[in-house]
Amino acid sequence: MVTRPSNREVNREDLTALLFVALLPLLISLNRFLPEGWQLSASRPPSTSLVALISSILVILVFVSGWLAKRSRLIGGLLGVLIVGIFIVLKTEPISLWASGLLRGVTGQSRNIVASTDLYWLGFSYIAFRLLHVLRDHQSGRLPALSFLDFMTYALFFPAITAGPIDRVEVFASKMQNAAKPTASVYFAGAKRIILGVFQKFVLADGLAIIALNSTNAVLTRSVPWLWVLVFAFSLRLFFDFSGYSDVAIGIGLISGIQLPENFDYPYLKTNIGTFWNSWHMTLANWFRAYVFNPLTRALRKSRLQMNPALIILVGQLVTMTLIGLWHGVTWNFAFWGLWHAIGLFVHNRWVAFLNARRDRISPVFYGGITTRTVSLVLTFSFVTLGWVWFALPSVQMSWEILIRMFGGYR
Amino acid sequence: MTETQGVVQEAVAFSWGFIWRVLLKAFLLFALINVLYVLLNPLPLLGRLSMYNGLFPGRLRLPYGDDPGRSFNTTLSQLDAMFASHEIQGIDKSEDEFRVLIIGDSSVWGFLLEPVQTLSAQINQSELITVDGRSVRSYNLGYPTMSVTKDLMILERGLLNHPDLIIWLVTLESLPRESQLDSPFLQLNPEHTRELIAHYALDLDPKDERFENSTFWDRTVIGQRRELAQLLQLQMLGVLWAGSGVDHEIPETYNERLEDLPADQEFHNFLLGDLSSNELAFEVLEGGLQAAGNIPVVFINEPVFISQGENSEVRYNFYYPRWAYDFYREELQSQASARGWYYVDLWDALPSSEFTDSAIHYTPLGSKNLAQDIIEVIKEFLQES
Repeated sequence: MVTRPSNREVNREDLTALLFVALLPLLISLNRFLPEGWQLSASRPPSTSLVALISSILVILVFVSGWLAKRSRLIGGLLGVLIVGIFIVLKTEPISLWASGLLRGVTGQSRNIVASTDLYWLGFSYIAFRLLHVLRDHQSGRLPALSFLDFMTYALFFPAITAGPIDRVEVFASKMQNAAKPTASVYFAGAKRIILGVFQKFVLADGLAIIALNSTNAVLTRSVPWLWVLVFAFSLRLFFDFSGYSDVAIGIGLISGIQLPENFDYPYLKTNIGTFWNSWHMTLANWFRAYVFNPLTRALRKSRLQMNPALIILVGQLVTMTLIGLWHGVTWNFAFWGLWHAIGLFVHNRWVAFLNARRDRISPVFYGGITTRTVSLVLTFSFVTLGWVWFALPSVQMSWEILIRMFGGYR
Repeated sequence: MTETQGVVQEAVAFSWGFIWRVLLKAFLLFALINVLYVLLNPLPLLGRLSMYNGLFPGRLRLPYGDDPGRSFNTTLSQLDAMFASHEIQGIDKSEDEFRVLIIGDSSVWGFLLEPVQTLSAQINQSELITVDGRSVRSYNLGYPTMSVTKDLMILERGLLNHPDLIIWLVTLESLPRESQLDSPFLQLNPEHTRELIAHYALDLDPKDERFENSTFWDRTVIGQRRELAQLLQLQMLGVLWAGSGVDHEIPETYNERLEDLPADQEFHNFLLGDLSSNELAFEVLEGGLQAAGNIPVVFINEPVFISQGENSEVRYNFYYPRWAYDFYREELQSQASARGWYYVDLWDALPSSEFTDSAIHYTPLGSKNLAQDIIEVIKEFLQES
């Protein structure tokens, strides 16, 4: 409703879709009346009257915000802030615990049993980014005319809801509109991706998970070489896990008639950190490039500060990569992981600039030689893998200690 | 043309007929592999394939653990795989080694002890030398769950590793005939257990309902997926074992063994005075001697916690009412004398402070002190023999 073009009226299809969306939680809540053993969830859904009340309020809010949005651009901005706010609540453990306690208190439950897992919204990280993308493109006038059904399908496309990829709405809408009944070849390609994904996730990733770095084995492992093995196992496990999920999503998408964008392109075989980020979680990186890095560096270039171009790149990369880190969870460790990559990207950027300035004096063999490529690949993979130490462990102190120990320090 | 079609058309275009043929061939191949797997029964062979004692050091005790993520260990039912991961499998016995196997329950395995704190490790730290100059080296072949039949199965397998002496720690809880087959390890190895029952004429039911008898489907790749996963998991856990030397989670706090006990005279289903020699599976111990042949076996009645708390005049501890345990000690002594066993009773060798979460689990100091007692037993045995 908020992003509906002003020249397009709410039609019957939109209202039907909205009614469907509003009734779905209501239907799920009726599950509480099923006899024991027939219920779909481990815990009973909230009372139907409460769900009906909340659904009604949300439907009214949708219409009100739609009506207001036609009169003020501020509504779009406020919705963006709301989405980011929910994101922060869900991803910041102390706030999440506080909110959980508040909700438990309001509903008459004990606050003593609050847990960080109380408030969980499946796939919200991805839903939030799709919604922000839609809002931003609406504000900048780039958003195509979408029906409510198209919009909901884009935001909640089930194969991609838990782990992406994050498609662009105009691309997704175009695929929706042009979707044809999949052929035998499409089914074959889709099934192949699903099988590949399941193998990566449940065989490779879950197998490696046994020995992948975590807070327990990091503390107990005394041997430095084996500590390296744990860290590399984590690196591979994460790739197979995430890439496996993406393959399954893309496979199901293909069978459903929608080709989702690729999310991984052999990232661990890249020869520098820049190309790594062009091939690792590509849709997320593209999102941040479009909505954080590019606008920020553009603004800095146009600002009165007259900053050095290298400094602009540094600031852009620090902000972008830190935000990418915090997207995984608002903790110091994720922030440091982002900074690690920002520094890596900046050093690589300066190195490329340094080489380009001396291109005439450096042998072409240096650029394209197998030795250079191999060394670059090993260095890039090792840099990324060492960065995962921040990602895998729960505290900065532990991560730092493990990094030092990996190079022979401590103990 | 949609993008979806465009992307797929970059590759080969497939017909439905082609896809059905692929699926049919895949199904036939899958069925064939499963049938071949049943016919070949490769699980024991796969169990012997191990990266332990090669890429990873051998484990100091048999694999056992409920939570691989914290204990870096796992429980499996395949004896060959368990031995393949043990250090004993990787050490060729030299002429100057006097090899001692320590058999028993979780007290021997070393529950709540680090691998270097168990009885066998403490014995090795004493660097005992025999009169003919051989170094005494002991190996921990204890395994949690209390059943002397389970011990017999491990002992029999351990004989392949050329021991010079077997020390078998027993306690009353491992002997009741009715509970011999309670051990999941035996239930998951029904054929092997039946062989033991038949070969050593054990008074146990080979058709016991607790045996997990396998069907044709249980012997396929699908049916044995859990066993195959366990083998793989054991190998993966070698990385964590090699890196940490940890094979058991020892929590900082645990529930201590009960000091105050209920005034309950019952032992298993036996009321005061009901327990007879026939109810205890002494023939399993005899079977161990028979299996060992010329290799001497020393039986040790392992130390138990002796409570000083409430109702301690009725029970020694959580496991044993006094009447049942006293009867067992007398009976074991008389059986040993009658059958000519080398037997040592160390039931009260440790003070109550050296027990942890159970009446048979020792503290590191308790383990060290008991190891000293066992060293003395070994010395005496060597002198006498």
